[in-house]
This record gives sequence, C-alpha cells and structure tokens, in this order.
Amino acid sequence: MKVWVLRRLTAIAPLITLLFLVAIFVSASPSFATIDNAANILRQVSITAIIATGLTFVILTAEIDLSVASVANAVGILVAFFTLQAAYVNIANVPLPGGFAILFAIMAALALGGITAFGVVVIGIPSFIMTLAMMQIGAGISALLVRGQIAYNVPDLVKTLGSGSIAGIPWIVIVATLFLAVGHFVLSYTRFGRYVYMVGGNREAAEYAGVNVKLIVAAVMIIGAFCSGVAGMLGVAYYGSAQQNQFDDFLLDSIAAVVVGGTSLFGGRGGIPNTIIGLFVLGVLNNGLDHVDIDSFLKILIRGLILLLALVINVYAQKIRAD
Amino acid sequence: MSDGSERPPLIELSGIGKTFGGVTALSNVDFVLREGEVHGLVGENGAGKSTLMKIIAGVHTEFEGSYRLDGQPVRLRSTRDALARGIGMVHQELSIVPHLSVAENVFLGNQPVSSLGVVRWRHMAREAEAHLKNLGIEVDPTVEAGSLSLGLQQLIEIGRVLFSGARIIILDEPTSALSPPEVERLFQVIDRLRQGGKSFIFISHFLDDVLAISDTVSIFRNSRHVRTAPAAELDKGQIIELMIGRGHEELEESYLGTLELPPASTAPTLLEVRGLTLKGAFEELDLAVHEGEALGIYGFMGCGQLELVRALVGKLKADRGTLVIGGVERRLANTAAGKRAGVALVPESRRSMLFADSPIYRNISISVLERISRWLVKPVAERQLAREKIEELRIRAGSETVALRTLSGGNQQKVALARWLAYRPNVLVLAEPTRGMDVGAKDDVVKIIRALKEQKMGVIVVSTEPETVLSLADRILVMRRGRFTREFVAEAVGKDQLLAAA
Repeated sequence: MKVWVLRRLTAIAPLITLLFLVAIFVSASPSFATIDNAANILRQVSITAIIATGLTFVILTAEIDLSVASVANAVGILVAFFTLQAAYVNIANVPLPGGFAILFAIMAALALGGITAFGVVVIGIPSFIMTLAMMQIGAGISALLVRGQIAYNVPDLVKTLGSGSIAGIPWIVIVATLFLAVGHFVLSYTRFGRYVYMVGGNREAAEYAGVNVKLIVAAVMIIGAFCSGVAGMLGVAYYGSAQQNQFDDFLLDSIAAVVVGGTSLFGGRGGIPNTIIGLFVLGVLNNGLDHVDIDSFLKILIRGLILLLALVINVYAQKIRAD
Repeated sequence: MSDGSERPPLIELSGIGKTFGGVTALSNVDFVLREGEVHGLVGENGAGKSTLMKIIAGVHTEFEGSYRLDGQPVRLRSTRDALARGIGMVHQELSIVPHLSVAENVFLGNQPVSSLGVVRWRHMAREAEAHLKNLGIEVDPTVEAGSLSLGLQQLIEIGRVLFSGARIIILDEPTSALSPPEVERLFQVIDRLRQGGKSFIFISHFLDDVLAISDTVSIFRNSRHVRTAPAAELDKGQIIELMIGRGHEELEESYLGTLELPPASTAPTLLEVRGLTLKGAFEELDLAVHEGEALGIYGFMGCGQLELVRALVGKLKADRGTLVIGGVERRLANTAAGKRAGVALVPESRRSMLFADSPIYRNISISVLERISRWLVKPVAERQLAREKIEELRIRAGSETVALRTLSGGNQQKVALARWLAYRPNVLVLAEPTRGMDVGAKDDVVKIIRALKEQKMGVIVVSTEPETVLSLADRILVMRRGRFTREFVAEAVGKDQLLAAA
C-alpha cells in the first residue's frame, strides 16, 4: 500500500489540490455544486484539453511548445478562410467544400509543426526559442488572413463538433475525451509512447540505446501542432467566431494544466492522467472563482497564487518520492 | 638542469597518509619541492599521485603527517587558501571560460574596476597582454579565449594562475591533448618560469614528457612513494619498472606478468575502418575486428579513444575515412543506423547510458523493443526477457520492476551489457567496461565477453587501464594522441610494454 501510494505521489498531490479546491468552492457558493455547473466545467476545459494532450507529449520529452495557442488561432482562422463568409465580412476568403477546408487546415497545422520540428531537430534551435518564433509566425498568419475582421462561418462538421451536442452531451467534450484517451493509449501502450518516455528520461541514454531521438522529438512537435490545430478549429465553432488573439489565454492554461497535473518539465515523468487532473484543477479554479463574490480584479491574483501553491506541492511530492 | 638539492625546500611533506572510507589512498609518503624546480610525479591510475596533489593544493584538508611551506608548518583550509599562499593548480579539464576574452580570463574573479565600480577594460587588456608577453605568450587579449587552440588556452590558464600570485604551479596531465609543437611551446614557457624562480609539479602519464622537462622525478605505486631521483639518472624503462613493481611483495596485486596473445584471427572481418579522421580527436586510424575476436584499445585519458568509439556507432561523424560493416561501406547518420548495421556501444559513463528512474526491465528491453513489439508494448515479454538476463548475468536485483537507481554501480553496468546481449549486435564496443567494479563483477565481465566471442560476436574493449585490456583482449592496439602507435598480436605482452607504447 505504502509503495503504491509513493509511486503515484506525483498524481496524488495534484488530486489533493483538486479535492481541496472543490471543497472550498462547494462551501463558498451554493451555485458551484450543481450538475449544470459540472457540465459547464467540462465544456470549459475541453479546448484546453485537446491542446494539453499534444503538449503532454512535448513536455514528456523535455521540450516545450510555446506556439500552441498561436497555431490554434492560425488554423482556426484558416478553416474559416476556406469557408464562404457572409457578404458583410470583408475578408478575401477562398471558399472550398467543407471537407477540403478541414483537410487544408489540418495540413497547415501539420506543416507548422513540421517547420518547428525541422528547426528543433535539424537546425538545432532550442524548442523554447523555436516555438517562440513559431508563436509569432502563427500570429502573423492569423493577422494576414483576417486583417482585423471577424469571420463567423466554418464547415458544418467543425460547427457540429465545436458547438453541437448529441443526447445532451456537447460534442466538444466527446472530442476532448477522445483525444485524451487516444493520447493516453499511445503514451502507455505503444512502442512510440515508450520511446517518448525514454527520450524524456535520459536523452543521451536513449541515443546510445539506438533510439532515433530526433525522429521522436520531431514527432512530438508535430503531434503538438496537430492537437493545437484541431483545438483551434473547434474553438472557432465553440466561440462562434474567428478572430485574432482569441486563443491567447490557452497557452498558459494548457502549460499550467500539464505541469500542475504533475508532469515534469524535465521530461520522462507524468502522462495523460496527470494532465486530466491538471485540467480539472484549472477548470474548477477558473469556474469556481466566478461563483464566489470577490473583487474580480483580485481573482486574477488569487488564481496565480493557487497555481503557484499547486506547483510547490508537486515539487515536494516529487522530493518525497525520490527519497 | 641544475642540482636542485642546494636550494631551500618550498614544500616539505613527511609521513603523509590518507584514507577514503577505509581504503588507503596514500601511506607514509614524503615529498620535497624546491624553488625553481620542475618535479615530475608519475604512477599508474590509483597510485596516489592525484591524492597527493590534492593535499598540496588544499582540496583534501584532512590527512596524516606534516605539511611545511617555506619551512613553516601549515594547515590549508581550501584551494583558495592554497592560492593565497602561492600554490595554484591547472587541471586537465581547463577552467578557461570560452566566451570571455583572453584578458577577462586572465583577470577572472578580480577584474580591475575604477572608483565608480566600472570595469577598466582597456587597462585590463593592456595588463593582460603585457603579463602574457612576459611569459613568452603572444596573443591578442581581446579575442574570445574559446577560439584559441587548446595549447594556447592552457598557457593562458597558467598565466592566470601566476597572475593571481602563484609561485608553485601544479600541472595535471598538461600534455595529453597537445600536439608536439604545442608541447614544445609549453616547455619553453615552463623553462622560462623556472629560471625566474617558479616551481612546478608536473603530473603526467607521458613519461617522455616528464623526463624532458623535469629536474626531479618521484614515482608512486600502490599508495606509496617508491623513489625520487634526478631526471638525468632515470630512463623510461626504469620508471615503468618502478611504477608497475616487479618486486615480489606486490606481485599478486598489480603485476599480471606477460600475456601470450593468440595468433591473428583468420575469421571473416565484421568491421573495418580505414583512414578514419576526426579533427581534434583522432587521425588516420585503421582497424579491423573479426568474428569471435576481442580487440583491445589501450591509451591514456584524452587520446581520442572516446571519440573513436562514438564514431564507430554513429554518435559522432568522422571528417574522413571509411567504415565498412559486414562488408558494406556505411555512413552512419545516427546511433539508430549504427544499431541496424549491427554495431553498439556501452559508453564509459553509467549516467549517459541508463535510465535511473525507469524499472530494470525497461532499461534492458529498450534496445529490442522493435523485435518484441511492432506497435504495442508487451510488458510481460519484456519482463520475461529481463528476468532471463538478470539470471544469466547474475545481476543482483530484487525484481525486474524496481527502479534502476536502486542497484549498485557494478550491477547497473551489467544492466547496460544485458541490453546489448539481448540485441546481439555483430560488433559490441565497450568503453571502460570494468570501471568501478569489484573483483567478482570484473570476473563476470570477463566471462560474459568470452561467451560473446563464442557466439562469434566481435568485441572492441577500450580502456585506460592496462589490466582491463590485457584481461579481455585477443589483440591490442595502443593509441596515443589520436593515432595508433603499436599493435600487439600473437606475441607476449605485459603492462610495461603497453605503457611504453602509449
């Protein structure tokens, strides 16, 4: 029992943080603990969840991707760009059949991920810097395509998945669940997933063991961009519009979800279950603060302090585990 | 070389003893360094010379015996304390900061500042240039130190140590990475400083260099001082004999005797290298490994052997030369390509080959995952494989699922071997395979390698320890400063011959 607990301490510490937050909000607000609000939280974390799935791969190899939100924005705008917009939307868009619009948008996401991967593994630019550049490139693509305008139309499929529901369950929650499930499956049960952990655990050792480290790193960067792209398309449908900078908050939220969940920034430790807990910590925090009556400007600070506390708890949990 | 005994002793050590956790590193050692003297220290790895030098330089502050400096007993508290008293040290791994200028490196830690606290750059550059010129080193003080040759960087470090007030300089393996002209220049600088009254302790494996520059040579063996004599009265053969010790008292401990190497292998060639060159590491290397043969490569630290083994498996790319594996010429893009071609390396450092936090079975199965599973991992099969290897190699571990870091060093090393035994490459390259192992574990490695040879695998063993190469190899290449200097095949060879060739 003790060994079991110790081994899972990195996952248990954020879980305690989560339960603690839930307890606080339940006692502080009668409107927090309702079925409706639980459904709200699920919906609110879904887009972050899709981005965080890809980011979990990236962070497990001890790399980072700062371009996730910006790539999401660019791909979301791109799918709108390929869809016929109303006459009053002053965008020189290129309307295509819905299937092609989606295909091109996904290919663009893969291409952006490919450029990042090339920069990181072939040229040797640290991912922190490379994705900082990609963040700007994504913002530039977004800006050029909409030119300060707002687009509203997206292909029907994207619209359904982003804002529709089936049997009362929002499609976006189903998609997010699917992404997390597939991500977890790949990381835990496939050979590729094992390599991701080994490369993150000790890159040099993985190389001496004959693992093609560059290929693995390139793959996770592309997976990260793909997840961001999908999140961007569905996000446009979820919010009902495509415009510049609409995803900016998702960069911090997705990184925070992965790291607060207990996945190590140094690579090799953590995984999708951690990310799921992290997503709920973030979702409960963001949602719960809206249910309590405090100065809305103070909430931003409180949110920061609670995230800091969660990280401190994680660090101590890892220390206990190491001893 | 003048008669040093006339001059007063600067450093006088007597009855020095030092133990580390019950293991004796130095026992009852006497040592005298005089003013204006270059004193060579020689001995095998582990003979005690580095412990002695660390005591002199204030690294080890706890020891038995007396330490007198300028005739007064001293108790050094730290290396900083030692430097304040005029004792400086230049390590084999230089502490030059590559991105700072030559002048900044010379002044490192005590840059001249104006009354406003601003660094006086021009003053610093002028001072540094004049100071280095005084030593006979002509160099632009404003260039980045890292852009200079290794030889120049070393001279600049010597300059810095002198500049911070040292009159006694300890040089640890100063010539191992230098080209012959650079060695020549280093000796000129040392000679000039010696005439100016500075003293040197010169620690080296390169006996020719020691004899060329030293006034006096002290020889160490098995934690003991065996002899000190003027360099003029010694020759290389004598020194090697004193270092290895032919006396019967240490016979079992350090002297393996000569070994009769088997005749040259006529089995098919598995791997062949021709004219392999990597600038700054090794040049024009030719070697071949045959089926069921263990090739030993012996050389001192820094002779280029670690780069060579990396070039063989695709970790490093050579500038020139050809690599033929299994009859096919290859350009290995990475270690994955090397592995597919059938060449694998167990590197010299455990940290760079093992996943400390991962379970043992994942450390072993990593090399063969693609055989065990196409898409999905099969932990049951992996653990089965790990259990087999644990038993086969007699790895002491509670279970195959415990984290690797819970194992002892020798057992971790065996896990690295187990990984490649599972893969069965055609050629297995082992760098320092027995480093840090106890006698029992070393014996196990000998047996493992014998078994590999019987399975027709080719083995390359690279080591800085003659015993390791002698106990494992069928044929021995000696490497010196990036080149092979001698090949021992089908003949009797002993430690002394290896040392003499390196």
